[in-house]
Amino acid sequence: MTPEYEEGIPLLQTRNLSKSFGNIDALIDVDFTLHSGEVHALLGENGAGKSTLIKLMTGVHKPDSGQILLNGNVIEVNNPNDAQKKGISPVYQEINLIPTLSVAENIYLGRQPMRMGFINTREMNEKARVLLQYYYINIDTTRTLSSFSIAIQQLVAIARGIDMSAKVLILDEPTASLDRKEVEILFEVIRTLQEKGVGIILITHFLDQVYEISDRITILRNGRKVGEHKTQDLPRVELISKMLGHDLYEQLGQSESNDNSAGKEQDVFIEAQNLAQKGLIEPINLTIKKGEAVGLAGLLGSGRTETALLMFGIKNHDQGQVLVNGVPIKLNNPQQAIQHGFALCPEDRKTEGIIGDLTVRENIILALQAKRGWFDYVSRSQQDALASEMIKALQIHPPDPDIPAGQLSGGNQQKLILARWLVSNPDFLILDEPTRGIDVGAHAEIIALIKRLCSEGISLLVISSELAEIVDYSDRVIVLRDRQQVKELVGDEISENAIMQAIAERDNV
Amino acid sequence: MSEQIKPEPKEKENFINRLMAQRAFYPILALILILIVNRLIAPDFFTIRSTDTRYIGSLIDILNRASPVVLLSIGMTLVIATEGIDLSVGAVIAICGAVAAVLISTTEMSAPIVILISIGVGVLCGLWNGILVAYFKIQPIVATLILMISGRGIAQLITDGQIAIFNNEALQYVGTGVLFGLPVPIFISIAIFIIIYLLVRRTAIGVLLESVGANDKASFYAGVNAAHVKLFAYILSGICAAIAGLIITADIRGADANNAGLWLELDAILAVVIGGTALTGGRFYLGLSVVGALIIQSVETGILTSGLPPTFNLVVKAIVILLVLLMQSSIFRQGIRENILKLRRTA
Amino acid sequence: MRSRIFPLIATFAVFIVLYLIGWNEYPAFGTTRVPLNMLYDKAFLGIAAVGMTFVILSGGIDLSVGSVIAFISVFCALMIQETGLHPLIIFGIALTLGAAFGATMGAIIHYLEIPPFIVTLAGMFLARGLSFVLSEASIPIDHEFYDFVSSIYYKFPDNGRFKLVAGLFLVILFAGMIVTHFTRFGRNVYAMGGDSDSALLLGVPIAQTTIGVYTLSSFLAALAGISYSLYTSSGYPLAVVGLELDAIAAVVVGGTLLTGGVGYVEGTFIGVMIQGVIQTYINFNGGLNSWWTKIVIGILLLVFILLQKLLSSRPTGIKLARL
Repeated sequence: MTPEYEEGIPLLQTRNLSKSFGNIDALIDVDFTLHSGEVHALLGENGAGKSTLIKLMTGVHKPDSGQILLNGNVIEVNNPNDAQKKGISPVYQEINLIPTLSVAENIYLGRQPMRMGFINTREMNEKARVLLQYYYINIDTTRTLSSFSIAIQQLVAIARGIDMSAKVLILDEPTASLDRKEVEILFEVIRTLQEKGVGIILITHFLDQVYEISDRITILRNGRKVGEHKTQDLPRVELISKMLGHDLYEQLGQSESNDNSAGKEQDVFIEAQNLAQKGLIEPINLTIKKGEAVGLAGLLGSGRTETALLMFGIKNHDQGQVLVNGVPIKLNNPQQAIQHGFALCPEDRKTEGIIGDLTVRENIILALQAKRGWFDYVSRSQQDALASEMIKALQIHPPDPDIPAGQLSGGNQQKLILARWLVSNPDFLILDEPTRGIDVGAHAEIIALIKRLCSEGISLLVISSELAEIVDYSDRVIVLRDRQQVKELVGDEISENAIMQAIAERDNV
Repeated sequence: MSEQIKPEPKEKENFINRLMAQRAFYPILALILILIVNRLIAPDFFTIRSTDTRYIGSLIDILNRASPVVLLSIGMTLVIATEGIDLSVGAVIAICGAVAAVLISTTEMSAPIVILISIGVGVLCGLWNGILVAYFKIQPIVATLILMISGRGIAQLITDGQIAIFNNEALQYVGTGVLFGLPVPIFISIAIFIIIYLLVRRTAIGVLLESVGANDKASFYAGVNAAHVKLFAYILSGICAAIAGLIITADIRGADANNAGLWLELDAILAVVIGGTALTGGRFYLGLSVVGALIIQSVETGILTSGLPPTFNLVVKAIVILLVLLMQSSIFRQGIRENILKLRRTA
Repeated sequence: MRSRIFPLIATFAVFIVLYLIGWNEYPAFGTTRVPLNMLYDKAFLGIAAVGMTFVILSGGIDLSVGSVIAFISVFCALMIQETGLHPLIIFGIALTLGAAFGATMGAIIHYLEIPPFIVTLAGMFLARGLSFVLSEASIPIDHEFYDFVSSIYYKFPDNGRFKLVAGLFLVILFAGMIVTHFTRFGRNVYAMGGDSDSALLLGVPIAQTTIGVYTLSSFLAALAGISYSLYTSSGYPLAVVGLELDAIAAVVVGGTLLTGGVGYVEGTFIGVMIQGVIQTYINFNGGLNSWWTKIVIGILLLVFILLQKLLSSRPTGIKLARL
């Protein structure tokens, strides 16, 4: 039951807000409204534009066009400090506080109570302790921030913001690391703040929580607003459909029809049995045959990437095992995975995939070289040959093997990472969001490539939020929700609707 | 979401701009300028005389005296490429020099064996540093600080507090010998440079070093074993220091645990930075580090031949280094450009 | 608070243990003479180490302190002997010079974004070089003020002398403690060292704090140089070569993390005193040679680093560019 919020002049508003970074339009013409005392959920998959919108509101970036209004007045937010002064206070997942300072010091950094020219530590600690009681926590504020759980750290960050007279509180994935009880406390705090008239923007991927605490929902997709609703008026499936929704992809038309499950009467190639890691993911069971493409579907935070990390040895599992051709294998690090013919194109291209300072050519041969060891050098002529072959095959642009990889656009970087792994001749390729953030033409190329790889006998595990695409190339689809495996769809069972229903927790169409 | 590549604005593609965009431009320019200044100070700076045994001249002198720092900077480049640093090389010089001097003067071992053992000790020092950094995950600056501080103590232990003097022609040859009319250390540093250059550029090691330093997470995801790579870098640094130590010891025919290689690690780090390898790791430039080492030595030799009292040595060195750093700093150059534009506008 | 105090307690425990080992062999450790002499001998190192603590807490490093000490000592000696100015006036000029030197380094580090390691290295060469330019040899100081200062001490019943310079060390230590614990500048230093990105977002004035710590470090190094000249009644261009290493060692052994953000000036004090104990022990024991000091300090450093790693949950991947 959420309290009524005041209509009238909105507390915070954006009009036609737009922002581009280079060639990428991150935010296009977005109107957003937040009322005093309202909890407004901002939803959308990665790359939808949520974080850009927040960064514009908090002064990290300046908008290209459009306006931001506070209490009906147009404002300019110059930098994060300025935003805080104007009463807009973000609390990010990384908790931008100082972990080595005490709780009290974090709350009062830069504005410590003074006495005779010196910091009055006792008063500071006491004020902090009293302040935090308002947030339902009773702690020793002299202890370092890092000695407390993320839940407490978050509340400290919120307390600091509100104490500095914030009227708008932006919570970015606040419950991602909290247990059930901590979530309840946070929600109590949120409700208390609502009564004070604070407007709260909530970014989260936990749909249950959205329905529990929020008054309204705004959905972003590909930089645009695709929906704004009162929470109680929006059915869950419709919400998911708007978030994952239909793409221009449909208009492209497909080459071969999807008849993947026929003729795949082979033995199981790779199998994960009860693969799990405490705190990361519940037991996963999946089997992949040679030349099969298995899609892994679910919302952000459902555990898809974690599954990929476990299967590639990036993270270790404490339960279950992975078998190749019926034989259990060791998966303690990526090198072991690679030796078995595995490959992974990670989700975060920039930090986990591309080595920006190295050239396109060097990036392409890296995994192959690492596999071969120090002395089996891929000669320069071999490198050139492989690089030009891959650049041509995947249409990497610009087709210059000697430019730094960091200069490539997102889509081409994705192709580059793909090229890197293809060059090492994998038997099993894991792709984590291979078409995220790249233009439609490249989407189609990558889909075609996926199908070609399958026909060549390579097994694929593809994580994707693009349901239409998963449906197109997958022989099987496994649906995850909240770190658990909830459904497996095979052959004819696979459809966008079926996947969305599975995610939404309804059992029937 | 559309991602068209918008056409790039045409850049001023003239020769000067392209030249200035080369990484090697500023270090080599600096070296040339310093040599020219030296020539202006001492007119016979570029002349080379020949006696019946050798050639003599300031240029040869620079190459000879620079050899230890050149060697150190080669090893240091590899370490810095992995986003590390090796503060201990000066101390390793003292240790390996002490080992060589003591062994050759108190045992029957021949010079080649002593040299090998001394290099072996360098390998051990590098192994020590490498294990602390790669496996214990201690910060490189702290890990190598430990050996830097205690290393000279260890060297003194070996020489029993004395300056261990020896008299062995074969070993002395390393430091004072003449080959084809030129000092042996020059050939040693050239040889080591070639060997290491081939080792890192003709095998995968170079790319692996660069990728670990540039983005160790992505390298991990690509299957690179970062620990092995880092270990290699520190061991090589130890070997270079050992050889430098042999040259220094051979040169004075003794091991001075207190002063051998004193502060040379700082010169080596400076040489690498001047040469353009970033302290944050990634791309490294062996050749340019050597240029950096030569810059430092040219400044020092220049001061010597200029007749300036040697007291000015450090001051001039400091100023030159500062100037080179400013020249390299893109922020500084940007600031200058903006100020020149402002002046032009107001004029 | 507990996890932060523990390294300090550990360091103190080591100090006590070492002191007891010394006392066991040399009864003089039980008198006031030994600790007071330690304070006096280590005063200039200690004053410089307090400054170094600030710099390291902020996440940086200062390699120039030893050279600044030497330069200032020569500067003072020269000015006192050559001009008629009173030493106190000369001290004032010296301190101003020190501060200006540090401020310049700090500005270069912040605005040009050149790593502190490199900038202070250049500073080290410059300061040492200027010392040689001023004088090649040691300059003895002969002035009644110096005699006066030497004559000030508090004498304990067992002949232990608490000298002025030792008192100065304690005063600076005390001041350092107050600044780190009770001033906004001090807390900003900790914030910057703890997480510089968050500090920026939280409104910490990064430019002022950065320039501030290097100014403070060079200022205290200058003060240490003055103390050195009082200690030796001379100025010596070759003085205290390598002192910055001892200072860094004292700071690290004292529990301050090289990554910054964690540590206390109090710890540095204990770190300096530990070096004093080792030195005194070795002096008493004519047989042991001074190079053992270096080895023992190295071992201590190793032990403390490993201890810090075990206790601290912070990632050790430093941004080397900051050093």
